[in-house]
Amino acid sequence: MTYLDHASTAPLHPAAREVLLAAHDEGWADPARLYGAGRRARLMLDGARARVAAVLGVRADEVTFPPSGTAAVAAALSGALAARSRAGAHVVTSAVEHSAVLAFAEGRDATLVGVARTGRVDAGAFASALRADTAVASLQHANHEVGTLQPLAEVAAACAERGVPLHTDAAVSAGRVAVEAPALLTASAHKWGGPPGVGVLVVRKGTRFRRREPAGFPNVPAIVAAAAALEAVAAERDAEDARLRALTGLVRDEVARRVPDVEVVGEPVERLPHVVTFSCLYVDGEALVTELDRRGFAVNSGSSCGTASGLPSHVLEAMGVLTHGNVRVSLGRDTTEAQVRAFLDAVAEVVAETRSRL
Amino acid sequence: MTVEIELDTLGRRCPVPVIELSKHIEQVEVGGIVAVLADDEAARVDIPVWCRMKGHEYAGAEPAEHGTRHLVRRLR
Repeated sequence: MTYLDHASTAPLHPAAREVLLAAHDEGWADPARLYGAGRRARLMLDGARARVAAVLGVRADEVTFPPSGTAAVAAALSGALAARSRAGAHVVTSAVEHSAVLAFAEGRDATLVGVARTGRVDAGAFASALRADTAVASLQHANHEVGTLQPLAEVAAACAERGVPLHTDAAVSAGRVAVEAPALLTASAHKWGGPPGVGVLVVRKGTRFRRREPAGFPNVPAIVAAAAALEAVAAERDAEDARLRALTGLVRDEVARRVPDVEVVGEPVERLPHVVTFSCLYVDGEALVTELDRRGFAVNSGSSCGTASGLPSHVLEAMGVLTHGNVRVSLGRDTTEAQVRAFLDAVAEVVAETRSRL
Repeated sequence: MTVEIELDTLGRRCPVPVIELSKHIEQVEVGGIVAVLADDEAARVDIPVWCRMKGHEYAGAEPAEHGTRHLVRRLR
C-alpha cells in the first residue's frame, strides 16, 4: 500500500521508535514524585520539553503537552478568552480553520474571515475584523486540506498592535515549515511522526492566560518520543522540503495535464511542501477514494462522502472550488517519485474509467 | 427569465446534479436558461463552480417546494 495521507496522520518516525520503547522502560514513573524513578521521568519530560521548545523557537517553560491537538486548541482559545473577559468575548478566526477551532467559535460572538479562491486569508481583512471587544484571534499557519500558507506574520503584527492575543494552529506544518510562534501556538505530534496522544500548547511569555484544566498524568514515554521525532523531522527539513515540493509540484502539473476537467486547488507557491489537492468534475469522491484504495493508494477526500458530517468540506466551500471528486494527496519522508508517478497513472485511469460509465 | 428546461435531481447526491446539467445544457439556445432542482448540500457550491469552469453564467438560486432551484444561463 502506498500511503499518501500524511496530513491526516504520519507513521511513527524511525527516530522515535527506539526512544519510545526505551522511555517506557526508563520513564514510566510519576514525574511529580521525589524518588529516583520519579526524578528520572521528570528529567526525561523536561528534556523533551526543552527539545520541542528549541525546534519551535520558544522557551521551554512556554510549552505544555495536552493529550491531543484538539485539546490543545480548546485549552489555548478558552485560556486566552477567560483571561481577557474584561476586554470582551468576541473571537476572530478564518472560515477555513480545522474543526477544532470552528467548534470553539460556534455559538460565540465570532467573525469568520473569508478566503480567496486559493484558500488564503487577506491579512487586511483579518485585521479589519478585530474589534475593541475582541478577546482572542486564531489563524492557522497552513490549511490542512489544501496546503495554502496563511499570512501569519502580517496578521500577528496587526493583532500585536491591537493588543489581541493571536493563536495559530500549526498542526499540519509543525516541524515541516518554520513558524514564528505568536502569543499562542498549538500542534499535534502524530502529524509529524510522533506517537498519537501528544498535543503541544505554546503560551508565549507576556500572554494573559488562564489555565482551566489540570494537567493530568503526563504520557512521558510518548512525549519523549514525540520530541525525538520532531527533532528528526526538523533536521531533515531543508532536504525534505525541496524533495517533497518537487513531488507535489509534479502532481499539480501532471494532474492538470493528464486529467481533463480538473481543478488543482490551493495556493501554487505559498504552500506546504507535502500537500496537494485537486477536484475532478463529474466524479464521485467516494468512488475515487475507493477505487484508488483498491489499486493500493491511500488518499483522503474533502467531498461530502469523505467528511464525518456528510457535508462537503467547509474549506472547499469557503474557497468556492469544486467539492465533488476531491482528492487530497499528502506525502511523507518515505514517499518516492516512483510511487507518485504510479499514483498519477492510477488517477488518470480511474477518472477516465469512472467518466466513461456516465 | 424563462426556464426552458428543468432538471429534477431531488434525492440524488453530488455529482449527479452537475452531470445532468452538463448533459442538457446544449439543449437550450445560447442565452437560454436551464434550471436544476437539487437538495444535495454540495450543489450550491458545485453548480456555480461548474458554470465558472465551463464558461456559463450562474443566474442565481431560488427556494423550491423541495430543495433549491439553481438557474444556469448557457453562454456559449
